[in-house]
Amino acid sequence: MSETNVLTHGMNVAALGRNEAALSLENEDICLEVKDLDLYYGTKKALNGINMCIPRKRVTAYIGPSGCGKSTLLRCFNRMNDLVDEARVEGGIYLDEENIYDPAVNVADLRRRVGMVFQKPNPFPKSIYENVAYGLRLQGINSRRVLDEVVERSLRGAALWDEVKDRLHDNALGMSGGQQQRLVIARAIAIEPEVLLLDEPASALDPISTLKIEELINELKSKYTIVIVTHNMQQAARVSDYTAFMYLGELIEFGDTSTLFTNPVEKQTEDYITGRYG
Amino acid sequence: MEEEVLQHHISQQFNTELAEIRTQVLNMGGLVEEQLKNAIIALTDADEKLARKVYANDFKINALEVRIDEECTRILARRQPAASDLRLVMAVVKMITDLERIGDQAERIARMSIQINNSVQNKSHTINIAHLGERVQKMLHDALDAFVRMDVELALKVLHEDRSVDAEYEGISRQLMTYMMEDARTIPTVLNLLWSARALERIGDHANNMCEHLIYFVKGKDIRHISLEQVEQEARES
Repeated sequence: MSETNVLTHGMNVAALGRNEAALSLENEDICLEVKDLDLYYGTKKALNGINMCIPRKRVTAYIGPSGCGKSTLLRCFNRMNDLVDEARVEGGIYLDEENIYDPAVNVADLRRRVGMVFQKPNPFPKSIYENVAYGLRLQGINSRRVLDEVVERSLRGAALWDEVKDRLHDNALGMSGGQQQRLVIARAIAIEPEVLLLDEPASALDPISTLKIEELINELKSKYTIVIVTHNMQQAARVSDYTAFMYLGELIEFGDTSTLFTNPVEKQTEDYITGRYG
Repeated sequence: MEEEVLQHHISQQFNTELAEIRTQVLNMGGLVEEQLKNAIIALTDADEKLARKVYANDFKINALEVRIDEECTRILARRQPAASDLRLVMAVVKMITDLERIGDQAERIARMSIQINNSVQNKSHTINIAHLGERVQKMLHDALDAFVRMDVELALKVLHEDRSVDAEYEGISRQLMTYMMEDARTIPTVLNLLWSARALERIGDHANNMCEHLIYFVKGKDIRHISLEQVEQEARES
């Protein structure tokens, strides 16, 4: 008796509805590529042989226990580690196929293209308007009309416009934590980056603000490549398309989020995400 | 179960909850096995008292299904399990449905046996059903064993056995039909036997399903609705 019954009509039924929606790195356009990256703080090796690709206009999350190197790696993407005296990088990171560690690279321009948002919201002690306009003024843009337009567009992009449009000239420090964080995001997107690096962007926020930021991330990925470091695994599971698990300075596993959270390849990954770690 | 699954979560409470649902599934399985055994004996030995006992005990299985379901829902809500923990909860939710259906089928067999006993019965007609019953009991037992030991090879054996049991049922079904054609007076009795045989075949299907869920839990692959050759390939791939 044949196993396939008449109803299958010779179709490979197993292929239907099976992981068709799953993302695959092979189909992605790559924005950032890390090649053989090592990082030393003095003699201590904090990152060991990292090789990976960050797909364009997707959300990639880094998870891992404290001290695994995820924030360190994130800070490599816009050379923030240059500001740390003892930090030394070997290997390369390629943004659109150009090595960002090449001596000829203009670091200020890099940091415009690769924006960063930190855990603690850090708006400038200026008005909401001036916070967002700051980057543009630095570039020499002072036309009122242009600034108005960009400020509105950025605040809309950060899902903040409706809440602040009537008080653009109020001091930014008067806003709630969640609003300040969205302001910081507006400030970052005002200068039209390609990549947004988010280092635990919602850790300091209450649950509702956290969910609003996650919603925002979901909207932002249509325009920017997003890399997020988070210690909240459920957030990584909710928000990201791809997840990378790091441990003790090494990349242990990288894959599409759905698969990594239902059927991870490495035992270490499984142990971490199920809470058997330690 | 395998030690690695029992390996401790940082949350001891979570450990306990997962161990608890596994234990409850095995309790439910044990109860269902008992019901099935008794139902088959009631049928073959014309034991009306045993049949009524099976009928009376079915509610316990239903109650267990509800309780384990509730526990699984709680775990999903409170723990947001991931990876193998998530697959375990999903597999348990599905397996208890199959177990409860097996319980229902056993109760049906018990009811059939009461009706059969009330009419003239030819002993030889029940012999083949007894054999089918033994095979199906073994399938259920193996499915539960496979769950305890997370044994994919045993699960695959059960999947194979189900194909063979289906074929045996077809044979019994044809045979019972010839009895009915030979002597129309036997129709009421033989129909009840036919339905009993059908119930056993369905139990085999449920044991088969339980093994599919187990393979999903252990291997992370959904092997339902594909050919047995493909199943074996998928299940044996690491």
